Amino acid sequence: MTDKILHMDVRFKRGSFKVDANLSASSGVTALFGRSGSGKSTIVSLLAGLLTPQDGLVQIGDKILYGSTKGINVPVHKRNVGYVFQDPRLFPHLTVTQNLTYGSPRLPAAEHAKIFAQVVYVLSLESLLSRWPLSLSGGEKQRVAIGRALLSNPKILLMDEPLANLDNAHKKEILPYIQHINTTFNVPVVYVSHAIDEVVCLADTLALVNDGSIAAHGPVEDIMGRLDLSPLTGRYEAGAVLNLSVANHDKENGLTHLSLQGHRLYAPQTHLRLGTKVRLRLRARDIALALSAPKDTSILNQLPVVVTDINLENGPHVELALAIQSKPGSEYAKPQTLVARITKKSFQDLGLAKGKSAHALIKAVAIDHHSLSNRGIPHKRDPL
Amino acid sequence: MTDLLSLQDLLSPQEWAALGLSLKVSLWATAASFPFGVLVAWILARTRFWGHGLLNGVVHLPLVLPPVVVGYALLVVLGRNGLVGGWLYTAFGLSFAFTWKGAAIAAGVMAFPLLVRAMRLSLEAVDQDLEQAAQTLGAAPFRVFLTITLPLMLPGLITGCVLGFARALGEFGATITFVSNIPKETQTLPLALYTFTQTPGGEAGTLRLAVLAVIIALGALMISEILARRLKRQNQGSRHDR
Repeated sequence: MTDKILHMDVRFKRGSFKVDANLSASSGVTALFGRSGSGKSTIVSLLAGLLTPQDGLVQIGDKILYGSTKGINVPVHKRNVGYVFQDPRLFPHLTVTQNLTYGSPRLPAAEHAKIFAQVVYVLSLESLLSRWPLSLSGGEKQRVAIGRALLSNPKILLMDEPLANLDNAHKKEILPYIQHINTTFNVPVVYVSHAIDEVVCLADTLALVNDGSIAAHGPVEDIMGRLDLSPLTGRYEAGAVLNLSVANHDKENGLTHLSLQGHRLYAPQTHLRLGTKVRLRLRARDIALALSAPKDTSILNQLPVVVTDINLENGPHVELALAIQSKPGSEYAKPQTLVARITKKSFQDLGLAKGKSAHALIKAVAIDHHSLSNRGIPHKRDPL
Repeated sequence: MTDLLSLQDLLSPQEWAALGLSLKVSLWATAASFPFGVLVAWILARTRFWGHGLLNGVVHLPLVLPPVVVGYALLVVLGRNGLVGGWLYTAFGLSFAFTWKGAAIAAGVMAFPLLVRAMRLSLEAVDQDLEQAAQTLGAAPFRVFLTITLPLMLPGLITGCVLGFARALGEFGATITFVSNIPKETQTLPLALYTFTQTPGGEAGTLRLAVLAVIIALGALMISEILARRLKRQNQGSRHDR
């Protein structure tokens, strides 16, 4: 996962809009996250060759796609870059099958038949194949668009807010499909989004885009746990991301037990298999702090933490970064980080400071299916 | 059989010849201007260069110029003693003046603005985002044009051809100036009709040819309408297959 597939360092200017982006991506899913107008889409367009930078370098694997010093600018159709646009852009005069195979001449026939079957299966396209694009729903169209891009055998798949034009129901329909593309088809994905829940659900690496440049870049858990970046990740939705695994199902109480650095975390019951790795986003405002573990409380989840960083904002709130202390006896190289958002008054009353120990209290009901995403075995359909 | 009016007897031999010639000339005129029409429509719709306005003007000139002027210009350029015509004759033995090929050229030139106009409008309506998507799927620009752009502008191509064909069928002034009015060689339907009006006792022939012209024009329009409707159904997908 550490080998860099993509490397770009480009400058682009159009009118008063400027992009100066330095980005690298590995074989996993890299999310470009930022407000609308921050330059995310421009960055992927520069990658695909739909826009040409003024100078810089774009490289995928060992192939240079754009290099201002060497005078290289590979045209779009020779870049081998799959692109899923915000709107599906299906060809209206071709059937779904013809749309899917439009980019396939890049592949030998036998290999194509195998991948075609796999794409159709994974994206559940069987019943759509003979239909015309205009008769499809928004979600179906976007699934076909994803399949079409995959079938062109891309070295990298760019997805430019593929869910932005869909309503919530269709978003939920497509998200699981996108989740498995990276691992099933072994293609690195660059995913552009301004919705933090999509990013947390899908991405391994997160690049924050602000004013046309990459403000921060790193593993999702690290970036989301950094207090200095919360203005960019969105204050209201801000919160840390934790990696856990499914330890037990408590059918009687309708709960699933998740294991975290030796601790138990209780969540509403899921249908995930035991041992499945999951990722959990906990919003900072859903976390409370206490100096000692309260005995008589309805809050099920209590984790021992140490304050590692404090962000005194303007206004009544304080944001705290908290390192989770492993349960004695279970050794973890790197403690995971929680972010809590409490009032300044509580902060002062409790006398919190850097290095001080506390207990983080998390209501189990704050954890829902939306904040919990499966990072292991696909739960909807297994790939062929 | 003799008491039945056979098809052959509906028109005089001269009228049959004029009809056949008209169809031949118009079809050739349309077919020959088609590739140039697509090319010019593409240049006008998709490119911007210093001579853009001039090209647009020249293409539309036959629409506003008296047809006789166009015929005279063709005679000057393509006549056997003309600038290009003279060279074509000495080099290849090709001669356009006073032949049906010349009539086809005159008709083609006169029909060209209508052809280009319809094609350009439909080309401008093609969503360039789709062409961009095709490029990202690995299609080179020419393949994008053949497989995406051209099929999507098909309704405009058909309209352009039908309009051009109808215009070619009705061509008179440029034809008579460039290739004269020679029966069975350059005497197309409108020219034959004109000849009948100038001949004593030609009223019946005039009427027959006028009715024929109306039938052909209506037929062409109907065929284009049917094609366009079928195409639209296909392009928009049969919604009832949901």
